[in-house]
Amino acid sequence: MIKPRLKLLAISSGGGHWVQMLRLRPALVGCDVIFSTVSESYRSEIGDAPFRTVHDATQWEKFSLFRSAFSVFLLVYKERPDVIISTGSAPGFFAIFFGKCFGARTIWLDSLANAEVLSLSGRLAKPFADLWLTQWPHLASMNGPEFKGNVL
Amino acid sequence: MIFVTVGSDLPFERLLKTVDRWAAETGCKEIFAQIGSSRWTPKHIDCLPFLPPSIFKERFRTADLIVAHAGMGTILSALFYEKPILVMPRRASLGEDRNEHQLATARRMQALGKAHVAFDDAEMLSRLQNLNALVTAPKIGPYAGEDLLNALREFIDCGQQKSAA
Repeated sequence: MIKPRLKLLAISSGGGHWVQMLRLRPALVGCDVIFSTVSESYRSEIGDAPFRTVHDATQWEKFSLFRSAFSVFLLVYKERPDVIISTGSAPGFFAIFFGKCFGARTIWLDSLANAEVLSLSGRLAKPFADLWLTQWPHLASMNGPEFKGNVL
Repeated sequence: MIFVTVGSDLPFERLLKTVDRWAAETGCKEIFAQIGSSRWTPKHIDCLPFLPPSIFKERFRTADLIVAHAGMGTILSALFYEKPILVMPRRASLGEDRNEHQLATARRMQALGKAHVAFDDAEMLSRLQNLNALVTAPKIGPYAGEDLLNALREFIDCGQQKSAA
């Protein structure tokens, strides 16, 4: 029997979050991957793979958060991915949250930039992430995130 | 050529002013800065607010030294392109970021030997006076470590088996 291909949404903010996401690509081979981030300018970096932009919400400011959440909701609702992976930040949290509501399996990989405390969006993602990872061994714990390696 | 970048998200004028002062004092012309959303413009350095990704990459690839905020994306790029990198962390206490995560990043990356760090303006100036001491860290490949990739593969594949069963 031929295994059905999984639809996977790889979603992150720009800058370092996006750089870290691109370093995960070998793990996504075999899935139908949709990449999503906050700026059209990143499209050129992923070749022919499907690419969608969502609104950013870096300031944790109410209106931009709402707009970001809504754009992520539309994306998840339309695409109904089987798996969602995010390297942060706010748009990634929204994707994990809405994805979980629609039955997706979810992965949160907290950014390498959070070396002393997990990010706020990472802490919020805990109840909705099936795989909840930090990239720093000293931040992993029994009730905390797991450490399975980093993007370096 | 020294390539200065402060990320696209928030201004970081303290870093630009320090490098600009150094450029004025030494007369060094071989500097280019992507200044992002900073409102203040350097007087002694060629600069632009944003470069398109392809040009950014080219500037990065051809630079002799990267001077930057302590952003993880910039540090990863420097390691990939085998460039020496000198970072100054943004300080939330000075209104340069929302929290002090860059201070943590800078400390950890310095401890791992991945980046050179100037924790303040004075240290940045003294580090720039001694460019030869800024050695390059070992190159990293284009992708994450195999242990992390395998953990992700395992998690993704287990759903594939479930839906095939």
